[in-house]
Amino acid sequence: MKAKGKAWKFGADVDTDRIIPARYLNTSDPKELAKYCMEDADDKFAKGVKKGDVIVAGKNFGCGSSREHAPIAIKASGVSCVIAKSFARIFYRNSFNMGLPILECAEAVNGIKKGDVLEVDMGKGEIYNVTKKKRYQANPVPPFMQELVGAGGLMRWIKKRGFVK
Amino acid sequence: MATKTVIKKTAKKATKKVVKKAECKTKAVKKAVESSVRSVRAMTITEKLLAAHAGLKEVTPGQLINAKVDIALGNDITAPIAIREFKKIGAKKVFDRKKVVLVPDHFTPNKDIASATQCKILRDFAKEQKLTHYYDGGDVGVEHALLPEQGVVGPGDLVIGADSHTCTYGALGAFATGVGSTDLAAAMISGEVWFKVPETIKIVFKGKLNKWVSGKDLILHTIGDLGVDGALYKAMEFTGPVIDKLSMDSRLSLCNMAIEAGGKSGIVVPDATTKKYVKGRFERKAVYYTSDKDAEYSEVREYDCSKLEPQVAMPHLPENTVNVSKVGRVNLDQVVIGSCTNGRMEDMAVTAKVLKGKKVAKGTRLIIIPATPEIYNESMKKGYFDTFTKAGAIISPPTCGPCLGGHMGILAAGEVALATTNRNFLGRMGHVKSELYLSNPAVAAASAIKGRIVHPKVIK
Repeated sequence: MKAKGKAWKFGADVDTDRIIPARYLNTSDPKELAKYCMEDADDKFAKGVKKGDVIVAGKNFGCGSSREHAPIAIKASGVSCVIAKSFARIFYRNSFNMGLPILECAEAVNGIKKGDVLEVDMGKGEIYNVTKKKRYQANPVPPFMQELVGAGGLMRWIKKRGFVK
Repeated sequence: MATKTVIKKTAKKATKKVVKKAECKTKAVKKAVESSVRSVRAMTITEKLLAAHAGLKEVTPGQLINAKVDIALGNDITAPIAIREFKKIGAKKVFDRKKVVLVPDHFTPNKDIASATQCKILRDFAKEQKLTHYYDGGDVGVEHALLPEQGVVGPGDLVIGADSHTCTYGALGAFATGVGSTDLAAAMISGEVWFKVPETIKIVFKGKLNKWVSGKDLILHTIGDLGVDGALYKAMEFTGPVIDKLSMDSRLSLCNMAIEAGGKSGIVVPDATTKKYVKGRFERKAVYYTSDKDAEYSEVREYDCSKLEPQVAMPHLPENTVNVSKVGRVNLDQVVIGSCTNGRMEDMAVTAKVLKGKKVAKGTRLIIIPATPEIYNESMKKGYFDTFTKAGAIISPPTCGPCLGGHMGILAAGEVALATTNRNFLGRMGHVKSELYLSNPAVAAASAIKGRIVHPKVIK
């Protein structure tokens, strides 16, 4: 899985209320949620984001609520992957379960500026900053998480294990 | 308050083990006694709970396991996605109709058509699946206050909830953690959930609590020390002489906010207080686990609580905690007392005590939200409602409401509020240009009377 797009830069501790505020949680429709994605962090994001773009953020991205609407909104907005220094636990789980690629790479986060063009190989964890001609290697994805991705997400993994007749 | 980091050692590196299918049935898990689990490796209560539910003799931090769940919980925001995933994959029946619990508490009573539609998805699913624990209308309470109170969750349980504050139930000696909707969907089908066994941070509270200081202040202070990701992926085990004397309501407040330090779970080893609380209440058989004396912790932190003042978290993160006396002058447009953190009986009682015979300041709105129908009724019977309304407070039906900026008390741009809730993220209670402070109910009630943040001791 490869993607190319521009970087949208955010700081540390971006919480799920900023990714998708609760006032929009009276629906779970991905397209509807995407309209308000990152609204309380950058109100120009939802209108400006293009397919393939990348969210680049500091530590503890996605902290707070368990709302899966957060990765759903990000994915539906066209974002190809999120690169952060670290991820909050539930957001990390949710992203793998529902299929939003996420990469941990502090060095890349420090080196990437807003608007830089990035090429990301999600499978290999390779990040190439086209603007700055610089390469980064993200932390390896744990084997079990790779298994989930390989199965096509948690629901397909559950089905594969024979729980759905 | 002195903070002391006693031991700092990294737990053994995770041996990457392939996820094993849990071999034991839940019944067998329930029969598991302390001695049979103990034999191999000294373990924390969290490790023992996870081992028992995975059908294993022992587990090590970092190990991946598949564990049986005793309760899988969803609410009106998270369950609709879980139900959609459940249907999409072709599932027909939940794994156990007594173990899937649905509580539409966030936007109820339905705030608009879209919310009503979400709740209807839960109602229809509960009916179709004949769920025994579905709460609607006048039976709805804030989920994490409701489930312990109604005896749906209890000691020895493994609970997952598609709500981050599911960690509340650790107060009962259960392993409980928040997950997302897809995890809930998978658990509703399989009755299992995958976990990486967390390392545990031991937090020891020493000394004696001062007047007006509660479980909320212990956790706010801890988050202030650890930071919002200081316990990331870890279990937090709360212990020490202060915990021994702490009421169950305060323990529930304490464990409720483990997630605000990034924690996977918070837990208190069950004792006489736990046993008294669950007696005649818990609908299944309690299993009481303890931590072995020589269990391994990633870190031990000790806090001397003798000088601890009530704490206030300043905008816009729960880690921005200070002593209430250090807050400075903060005028308040609104005060909210309620939520899964502080909407219980003890919270209503202290609120009534502070408000008795007093008036809420002109220009400040006080909203009080008893968390469950039982707390609502009990508060009414005890005469608290009379105190509240005479003071000029608004009494709301049980709901999460303003805590997450849902409804029933949303802030305009430039407004400032103090709440007994758990998060003060930017825009959490309304407009992105509003400001939110967090405290315990005594501070909140006193501050409503003065119209600015104050220590409760100033109310004579």
